[in-house]
Amino acid sequence: MHLDDLAELAARHRAEETHEQEIRVCVAASCQSSGSLPVLEALKEACATQGNGRCKVKGVGCMGLCSAGPLVAVAERDAELNSSLLYRNVTPVDAPEILASLQGPPVERLRCPTDQPFFQQQVRIVLERSGLIDPESLPEAIVHGGYSALIQTITEMTPAEVIREVTASGLRGRGGAGYPTGLKWSTVAKMPSAQKYVICNADEGDPGAFMDRAVLESDPHRVLEGMAIAAYAIGASKGYIYVRAEYPLAVARLETAIRAARRAGFLGARVADTPFAFDIDLRLGAGAFVCGEETALMASIEGLRGQPRPRPPYPAESGLWGCPTLINNVETFANIAPIIRKGGAWFAQIGTEGSKGTKVFALAGRIKNTGLIEVPMGITLRAIIEEISGGIPDGKRFKAVQTGGPSGGCIPEQYLDTPVDYDSLKTLGTIMGSGGMIVIDETASMVDVARFFMEFCMSESCGKCIPCRTGTWQMHALLEKIARGAGTDEDLALLEELCEVVRAMSLCGLGQTAPNPVLSTLRYFRHEYEAKLRA
Amino acid sequence: MTLPPIRPPLPNDDPRWKLVNATMRRNGYAGHALIETLHSVQDAFGYLDETALRFVAASLDMPLSKVYGVATFYHIFTLKPPGRHTCVVCTGTACYIKGATGLLEGILAHFALRPGETNEDGALSLLTARCVGACGLAPAVVLDGEVLGKQTPENLLAKLEGLVHAS
Ligand SMILES: Cc1cc2nc3c(=O)[nH]c(=O)nc-3n(C[C@H](O)[C@H](O)[C@H](O)COP(=O)(O)O)c2cc1C
Ligand code: SF4
Ligand code: FES
Ligand code: FES
Repeated sequence: MHLDDLAELAARHRAEETHEQEIRVCVAASCQSSGSLPVLEALKEACATQGNGRCKVKGVGCMGLCSAGPLVAVAERDAELNSSLLYRNVTPVDAPEILASLQGPPVERLRCPTDQPFFQQQVRIVLERSGLIDPESLPEAIVHGGYSALIQTITEMTPAEVIREVTASGLRGRGGAGYPTGLKWSTVAKMPSAQKYVICNADEGDPGAFMDRAVLESDPHRVLEGMAIAAYAIGASKGYIYVRAEYPLAVARLETAIRAARRAGFLGARVADTPFAFDIDLRLGAGAFVCGEETALMASIEGLRGQPRPRPPYPAESGLWGCPTLINNVETFANIAPIIRKGGAWFAQIGTEGSKGTKVFALAGRIKNTGLIEVPMGITLRAIIEEISGGIPDGKRFKAVQTGGPSGGCIPEQYLDTPVDYDSLKTLGTIMGSGGMIVIDETASMVDVARFFMEFCMSESCGKCIPCRTGTWQMHALLEKIARGAGTDEDLALLEELCEVVRAMSLCGLGQTAPNPVLSTLRYFRHEYEAKLRA
Repeated sequence: MTLPPIRPPLPNDDPRWKLVNATMRRNGYAGHALIETLHSVQDAFGYLDETALRFVAASLDMPLSKVYGVATFYHIFTLKPPGRHTCVVCTGTACYIKGATGLLEGILAHFALRPGETNEDGALSLLTARCVGACGLAPAVVLDGEVLGKQTPENLLAKLEGLVHAS
């Protein structure tokens, strides 16, 4: 199959449908929890009786403002989210009115304006098709450009050219550490092994983050496409997606997408009728945060307890079953197809010097708009928190924003003008992490927040090495004591000392970063600890 | 020459063992299918009991200690039978900030249940999860598989009360 054939296929799919308008109902997990499936049914029914045949009702992926769900968009066919009519908190009884609004005025009481910063400040690359296409339909993905980058790579580019494009894009891994993706790919490509693997890390163990979930539920084909391009570039024939079992809808959509891609020849023995062979299997996690760590994840795929092992050797050299293995995050793979389609140079124009492209963030906590956003790197924290997220509700004051999950840190108000990129966040003592952002208002005690994270690290520690296993336990006990108002100056000093030991002596990233929430709250909110100490 | 291993007989004539067997067969009885197999046991029976662990160990030809080690390492696997209803309170960061602790305290005060426990008549099990990915609707609860967002202690307790009395 060549690009022309794919274009023809897209044109054929398009010609099969003659509707001019679409009613898109969000059927991603969060909106389903707020009752979007009955809304979808009611709208389909209303469309069958009231419609004039020029309108189609369909389920789509996440539109971003999950807290206002169920969300329904009324749009011209192919129109973007920002130029559609958006309705919030829709219930099944609203269906006839929404249908009537196709010809008449909009239903004002349900309107969710799309000219607010939440929508206008976003730049959608990873989420370009989220909320636009039916995630369960391969033809819809194809009509909107799906698999064209894969066909382009395997018919027109050499593996080295693919890696050159990815390197030129400046893309850094979105799973947390921000390792340059092009460099990782070229390392695995250089390994002289017949058997190599590609793994997609869809464990998303970071509590308060749901970016990967949204991508998998909204546009699974772009992840499969990114993995297949990677496999071609590094010379792998087999891939695994390690996805957490807590995400049943993402699992189901991935299964559907993999089956459809196989049937259409985008996966399998001869991908798109070329000699390139690549297939993907799913592996379910079983609820262990540490399994997001790459060596633990591979142990888990092998059916073992998910415990990390020392690196080197890195997975690039000796990974799954001892073979060279490329492991990337969901969002990293989701960036690949646009980079190939539009070129690495195009991607490198977006973002900042050291952090290219966009980043998807999951906004949660004490803010008005909670949900999913995609913004260019370099945007300020203030723009995200005060404008995009709509600020703090109930007249409360902002206190801190926690980024980077349990391994991250809390940033206070005086640094809100910092641009969001890998390096600036690191200077503030936190990390970008996978992109969870949790806003904390003045009602929270930072000592309690630190204790909460330490409790997390303590119970998620795999127990393999002592500094992490007993260190996190001790730190948690100290924080507990201080939070209770029973701590002493010596306890605080011991806590700080333990931070150093656990950070320096632990085997894997979990233990090495477990002290971060304590260190960062001590750095900016030391007075809260001191106020709790017994004189 | 190695002889093909002898597969153990099904523990009893419960048809659900066939599902478990199918998972192992699909994976060629390979050891790396252990987690998949345990998932399928738990999907079918609700928990992993000793009979199941022994059967899986014998079928995959591995020591029971290894099967037990894996079964107890991962949070999702449980060795205790669940109640007729399960309530999973999300205790991830977003839910914590939005009041998950209050939900747990409410359940403790009203049903005398702590995470990991099932009440005396077996009607309700309480569990916790580290983020169910519905943080936009925090605090979130998964009640019998259905995610409920924006919970308050009052409305959650009312729902649980209704379930427990109906069953
Ligand atoms: C304790 C721990 C948990 C992690 N959890 C995840 C995770 O849930 N998802 C993820 O993509 N990476 C996670 N990582 C990072 C991975 O080990 C790895 O760096 C990443 O998947 C590489 O992909 P990337 O280069 O595309 O970021 C975790 C690391 C540690 C130390
Ligand atoms: S640092 Fe903690 S999680 Fe990592 S290997 Fe050691 S004990 Fe396990
Ligand atoms: S899940 Fe519907 S808007 Fe996010
Ligand atoms: S923290 Fe509870 S759903 Fe994410």
